[in-house]
Amino acid sequence: MENNNYTCTGEITSIIANLVMVKANGSLKQNEICYFDHEGQKIMGEVIKTDGNNAYIQVFESTRRFKVGTKALFTGVMLEAYLGPGLLAKNFDGLQNDLDKMEGVFLKRGERSFPLENDKEWAFKPIARAGDLVYAGDWLGEVDEMGIPHKIMVPFKFKGKYIVVEVMPAGNYYINDTIAVLKNEKGENVNATMVQTWPVKIPIKSYVDKIRPSELFETGVRVIDTLNPILEGGTGFIPGPFGSGKTVLQHALAKQAVAEIVIIAACGERANEVVEIFTEFPELEDPRTGRKLTERTSIIANTSNMPVAAREASVYTAMTIAEYYRAMGLRTLLLADSTSRWAQALREMSNRLEELPGPDAYPMDLQAIISNYYSRAGQVLMRNGKKGSVTFIGTVSPAGGNLLEPVTEATKKVARCFFALSQERADSKRYPAIDPLDSYSKYLEYPEFAEYSKKNIGEEWIEEINFARGALTRGREVYEQINILGDDGVPVDYHVMFWKSELIDFVFLQQNAFDEIDANTSVERQKYMLEMVNKIVKSGFTFEKFEEVGDFFKRVIYIIQQINYSEYQSEKFHRLETELQQVINQKVNA
Amino acid sequence: MEAKFFQKTYHELTNITKATCTLKAKGVGNEEMAFVEGRPAQVVKIVGDFITLQVFSGTEGLSTKSEVIFSGEPPTLNVGDHLTGRFFNSFGEPIDGYPVVGGKKVTIGGPSVNPVRRVQPNQLITTGIAGIDLNNTLVSGQKIPFFADPDQPYNEVLAMIALRAKVDKIILGGMGLTWDDYLFFRNSFEQDYGQSKIIGFINTTEDSPVERLLVPDMALTAAEYFAYEKNEKVLVLLTDMTLYASALSIVSNRMDQIPSKDSMPGSLYSDLARLYEKAVQFPDGGNITILAVTTLSGGDITHAIPDNTGYITEGQLFLRRASEINKVIIDPFRSLSRLKQLVIGKSTRSDHPSVMNAAIRLYADAANSRTKLENGFELTDYDRRVLKFSDEYSKDILAIDVNLEIDQMLDKTWSLFQTFFTKDEVGIKQEFVDIYWKK
Repeated sequence: MENNNYTCTGEITSIIANLVMVKANGSLKQNEICYFDHEGQKIMGEVIKTDGNNAYIQVFESTRRFKVGTKALFTGVMLEAYLGPGLLAKNFDGLQNDLDKMEGVFLKRGERSFPLENDKEWAFKPIARAGDLVYAGDWLGEVDEMGIPHKIMVPFKFKGKYIVVEVMPAGNYYINDTIAVLKNEKGENVNATMVQTWPVKIPIKSYVDKIRPSELFETGVRVIDTLNPILEGGTGFIPGPFGSGKTVLQHALAKQAVAEIVIIAACGERANEVVEIFTEFPELEDPRTGRKLTERTSIIANTSNMPVAAREASVYTAMTIAEYYRAMGLRTLLLADSTSRWAQALREMSNRLEELPGPDAYPMDLQAIISNYYSRAGQVLMRNGKKGSVTFIGTVSPAGGNLLEPVTEATKKVARCFFALSQERADSKRYPAIDPLDSYSKYLEYPEFAEYSKKNIGEEWIEEINFARGALTRGREVYEQINILGDDGVPVDYHVMFWKSELIDFVFLQQNAFDEIDANTSVERQKYMLEMVNKIVKSGFTFEKFEEVGDFFKRVIYIIQQINYSEYQSEKFHRLETELQQVINQKVNA
Repeated sequence: MEAKFFQKTYHELTNITKATCTLKAKGVGNEEMAFVEGRPAQVVKIVGDFITLQVFSGTEGLSTKSEVIFSGEPPTLNVGDHLTGRFFNSFGEPIDGYPVVGGKKVTIGGPSVNPVRRVQPNQLITTGIAGIDLNNTLVSGQKIPFFADPDQPYNEVLAMIALRAKVDKIILGGMGLTWDDYLFFRNSFEQDYGQSKIIGFINTTEDSPVERLLVPDMALTAAEYFAYEKNEKVLVLLTDMTLYASALSIVSNRMDQIPSKDSMPGSLYSDLARLYEKAVQFPDGGNITILAVTTLSGGDITHAIPDNTGYITEGQLFLRRASEINKVIIDPFRSLSRLKQLVIGKSTRSDHPSVMNAAIRLYADAANSRTKLENGFELTDYDRRVLKFSDEYSKDILAIDVNLEIDQMLDKTWSLFQTFFTKDEVGIKQEFVDIYWKK
């Protein structure tokens, strides 16, 4: 990350918290990285504004004891991430320092550590051949990284056409060894190694095309997969007041989603939540591959007590790593918790720069920054015809639970799925607390998804979903009627309608995240369940008195919940199924 | 503070506001402490040769010729075993009438713990209060506030928990405490413990509000010393964090910063998180648990202070006077301990999570039935039974003056289930019903 070739130097003239002004003796570049020579340490900062030869620098660490006259060294390069084999099963901070390599219990100011391993050998297999015409991002070879075929690509910074002169034969190599020699358009030979760098704020665009999402991105969470599906390469966001289960839901997604690679940006959130991932992921297995979850995961942890400026960097570092794996043709899931903390970091800096504030004192360009970020997700087509994707789900922590605040509003304009966590549902312990009706997935309207679901899930799948949504809506309406008119002020049928929606809620929407089986439902089982529940909802029942309705449906709910806790198609499962049928037969109209 | 012979003194203030003053000086470090006419102050801004100082006790009576001395270092605390049993002010100076003590000088507000070195909290802290132990179990290394209205007995509850909790040190950070409350804490801790475990850093309403900005850092620096260097279990009590946040807003206002929601500084989240995140389980066994108080105005939790706090802390506890039994309970709906999953059913009996959830669901049903009752609708048999259940549950289990072991709480809840409901209505997994539902 450091080199000793500084483009120019300067001296501190002013200090306001972590904003520092420097008078420089040479040319400056927007967003370039500089270091402060402070008490024997090199403290990192980023140029965020220039005015003549005055640079305004946001310092990534504490500025305690900085003095006027402290020397600044400018590097001329933007904040870059190191990309190469060895990123998985790692825990980085927002600036991609490997947290495990840092000594001691406390983080020391100015301490940095290299994100990859210089002394580890990787078993390389060539893909490209001498004479091939290649462009940036094309695959030269691959190494096995924790069972993932990690492609070694033509560095993204290489512009134009290259001819492969030589690819090294299969064998063990260090990341800095030359694994290919390429000839550029000027006829010069350039070497490619297994490691490259890329500025995190700039999207990696080595692909040919971005595709409209069409395939379901399975999460095992029923209220998402069925009622508000997110598609591969899609975007979604989870806003919710505190205590509504955002983090539990994000962790469930990180564990269960069908992704091959999961990048988690813990941005300005609780340290103990990251510790939970550190503790659990090495123990848990990915049910699809049998590998440990850690082995497909990379964590960027910039928790709320870590420096604020690095919080902004952390979301970009995470996105860059996700894009890197996408370019290998992998299905990548990026989770960011929470994008509001990132927006707050932007606000703090904009405030110190004395910019004119927008709504709630956020910077005026907040909307643009958020949309640019979300637009980096997507499914892409590579030159070799392979597809890769970054599916992005961010959480938003709306101030006061108010969904009209600037960060939520800005996000709503760009994200295609909206998973609304409801305080009311959380209070009555209906988890996951995603409100089935306030939430939406724009993907349900995509003809591409309609076609996909017909082929892969069920002919009538979209109709089944709409039927369940309709029943939930009717249930909510009659519930209000019952509340106004009283239990015996409405026809018994109203109670039946209400309890049918409760049935969908209790046995389909609610999931026990702490029950091994119920926590994660395959799409096949979701289809079975939805059809079973819809069948009950479609049936006619006759009751004498309204009291009987609740009793009957509670009995049905209880049995189906026991089914949900049983292994799919197991003996217990079928026994309960039969019991359910008997209970229903007693009341159902012929 | 007297000027020492080698120290440079300054005698020309160029600008004085209510809380800050500015002077021309060279070679001064950011966040360094200074003394203006003997009043403690801290460097908050440096622009060229102009240094802006935040004067903690206020600038009343300062003249443009006031003497300024810089200490050359950020605020510090002398830590050591001698802190035990003592009460100090915001600057770490004794206020209990006993002499000043030595110890190791450390800078307050030190670095963060590397997240990969943290250990997942795993030790249960019992309090005997069912609203906590049963429904919102506390775990060491956790940070959790009471959200309370100013008229609720939060300081009493805090003291009660502190006295019952099995920990090695209790460190009280009192911000804007009334003198009466300060004495209340001193007396209750003295009676029960002979002061051996207690350390207090106290800013009372008699002191300047800006001074209290140092209190949590002092308390947490002392906590880090005992938890990290001595591997002790430390419980930090911070009351009242709303007054801390108000002091932040005063300072940011005087520094001409643009306020965000509710006139609070835009950095409120980071400012609070920096403190609360000091709660930690260290690898060598020591830990810091933070129990704080955030007072609400009119129960409004959407205000920036409780709102930001809620996003930082691992849950929150609400006090509520339950009118049907006329006692204070910890509200089972709105309270939450996020870390409880780490211990319930593991350090406690395996039926704990199911019993807890079923009881709260039935308690919620009772709330609906009560609405029906109040609106004059006819009650069903089920309504009447949940109402009876909820009264008994509040009175015998939830009320904060009930002191029970967790197993007793569970047994009592099972017996209430069986008194009022059928197995279907309770809806607990069959395997637990088989064991605890008496035949």
